Amino acid sequence: MPKRFASIWFRHLLTDWKAIRQPGMKGKAYVFAEPDHGRMLITALTDAARQYGVTEGMTVADARVIAPDLHVFDGKPGRNLKLLTGLAEWCLRYTPLVQLDPPNGLLLDVTGCAHLKGGEKAYLQEIVSRLKALGYDVRPAIADTIGAAWGVARCATSGLVVPEGAHRNAMMPLPPSALRLSMDQLLKLRNLGLHQISSFIHMPDTVIRRRFGKSMVLRLHQALGQEPEYLFPLKEPVPYTERLECLEPVSTRPAIEIALNNLLERLCKRLYGEGLGLRSAALTWYRVDGKIGNITIGTNHASNRVQHIFKLFFIKLDTVAPGLGIELFTLDALKTEPVSDKQSELWSAKSGADSEEVAELLDRVAGRIGNTAINRYLPGEHYWPERTPKPDISLKEKPGSEWRTDKPRPMQILDNPEPIEAMALTPDYPPKLFIWKGIQHIIVGADGPERIEREWWLEPGEHRDYYIAEDEAGRRYWLYRSGHYNAENNQHWYLHGFFA
Amino acid sequence: MVATKQEIIDKLRGELLTWEGFRPPQPGENSHFGLGTLETAFPNGLFPTGAIHEFISSSPEDTAASGGFIAGLVQKLLTSGGACLWISYTRRIYPPALKLFGVDPDRVIFIDVPLQKDVLWVTEEALKCEGVATVICETKDLSFTESQRLQLAVEKSHVTGFVLRKDVRKMNTTACVARWQIRPVRSQLRTGMPGVGHPRWQVELLKVRNGKPGNWTVEWKRQSFQTIILPSIKEPARRYA
Repeated sequence: MPKRFASIWFRHLLTDWKAIRQPGMKGKAYVFAEPDHGRMLITALTDAARQYGVTEGMTVADARVIAPDLHVFDGKPGRNLKLLTGLAEWCLRYTPLVQLDPPNGLLLDVTGCAHLKGGEKAYLQEIVSRLKALGYDVRPAIADTIGAAWGVARCATSGLVVPEGAHRNAMMPLPPSALRLSMDQLLKLRNLGLHQISSFIHMPDTVIRRRFGKSMVLRLHQALGQEPEYLFPLKEPVPYTERLECLEPVSTRPAIEIALNNLLERLCKRLYGEGLGLRSAALTWYRVDGKIGNITIGTNHASNRVQHIFKLFFIKLDTVAPGLGIELFTLDALKTEPVSDKQSELWSAKSGADSEEVAELLDRVAGRIGNTAINRYLPGEHYWPERTPKPDISLKEKPGSEWRTDKPRPMQILDNPEPIEAMALTPDYPPKLFIWKGIQHIIVGADGPERIEREWWLEPGEHRDYYIAEDEAGRRYWLYRSGHYNAENNQHWYLHGFFA
Repeated sequence: MVATKQEIIDKLRGELLTWEGFRPPQPGENSHFGLGTLETAFPNGLFPTGAIHEFISSSPEDTAASGGFIAGLVQKLLTSGGACLWISYTRRIYPPALKLFGVDPDRVIFIDVPLQKDVLWVTEEALKCEGVATVICETKDLSFTESQRLQLAVEKSHVTGFVLRKDVRKMNTTACVARWQIRPVRSQLRTGMPGVGHPRWQVELLKVRNGKPGNWTVEWKRQSFQTIILPSIKEPARRYA
């Protein structure tokens, strides 16, 4: 299929934007100015301002002399890029491949897209009329090459849809500025009296290269399609994606659910056919008023079951704000993986289908409360109690070593050991009593000490001497003294856990 | 005619029991839970699986004791496979300790719910999932309606659920099959030996549907529960010197 490109030229991008923000400014003479070497230079202006004779690059002081009622606004560098990015995202509803074309244009790869709107002419018509409704003055063009579309959009007055193969003829009457050349080259061409592309298009490449430089040959070839040129799309297209355009904008929850289900069925059927499953998917909606929103879900294992993925989206559907209505849904499979038949590593005794159920359950939980909430622990190669359970992210990994059972460990542990007042009469013996939260516990039985050294290669600090202590009521505690015993009675005792 | 009526009633009673999680023992099945004399308290003499058990604790020490007792039960439930989920709001459970009660800590999935109100949502979802063997839920409050929802979830999936209620102020009615209270009691070693013995608890079965509530002293020894019959004469308090 021959490639077709569209170029959209925003003739007054910044000033149109201002008029949208402040409807009162429409039709008035105003300019945007940015500081440059201590002066204010005009960077963008309206047609009304141009009629006074104001041009771009003029200083504001000069312009004020010519046009006394000129409004001057502060320009911000990079604002046009921000606006263009927003407009490019808006254009994603027409084609998945959109590239920014600074300072004031967009490039669209419309190959195979135009028939959706009933032909290229109707396609352009729709884009223009909708952008015009937003308040932008645009000039679009469609041609076989990016260069030709660019030139036709900016310099031609009619014939904005260049038929297939006719771009060479369309370029002929255009001025050299339609070729994306530098100012030097344009000046040289003008001095030589070459006012139309047709007057130098037949010159040999070697001549052009010698007189105007290599870049001009490249631009000429790009416009004529002799040199390939590619778009760098704003959003990386996803290989597995489904679109659903609504005949009428939808805004009710059941309608959104139907749309989601429809998309999922199509996507999952495709994935199933190729033996793939989703790991991450995004549902994007395009609203009538130009706003875009999306929700993303992730799964623990590759899945192409419609019900399961629907449930994951269902948890988050509350965040969909349809506003006046949604006209287009897209569902992208951001990450896919081959579907493993069964996940039987962790729950080996039960059949694999059950394990899949657990994985799906964990997906739902992660969808509601976040993935960080789900923890599993493996034996860590550490003696320090806080590091003995090693978090495992995959939920599948098998323990590399056995859990140690030779030393008793408490059932409940405090994240931050709580300081207690303890009284130990004999050095290196368990305390006789301790006070925790104002309650005195008399210790009647104790085991210990079990000295655990600080892992000095990880953190500095004192070692701990742990004791298991049982009080008169039979409550069992895990206490420790930080550091060595000393007679000055400034030992630090802590409560770290409770035994079963 | 009268006899048949009686039969019908007996049959319906039996069915009611099965729905509530009390199954009659299957022939040839090793149905004992290792709870010893405690099991006589349950209808059919069987620990009810596929039901919700409620544990009351009012202090962190009680919570630790209940955790140990539950871990001992979970060990038995996990032998036939399936996953174990431990759902809590503020978790203090120390995974390596589970190994002392026969549960492999790497088989337990801990879900630390950041919001209290999501705890019961996650629990219900987990209880509905048939691939799960048992679910432990640490929560503060459990209203009657909430407990009914949990009970309905397990009736379909036959998952055994343990609800560990911490800091209980008010003991409200719940639809749980059994209500337990576990308290730590003084452990015992041979006379004259210093130190701390095996974990020993006062197990109170406050409520059990269609069964007889009771009170036992249970010790965890050699990877199983041992019911202790206390000698009538209390020995004098042993002080550590």
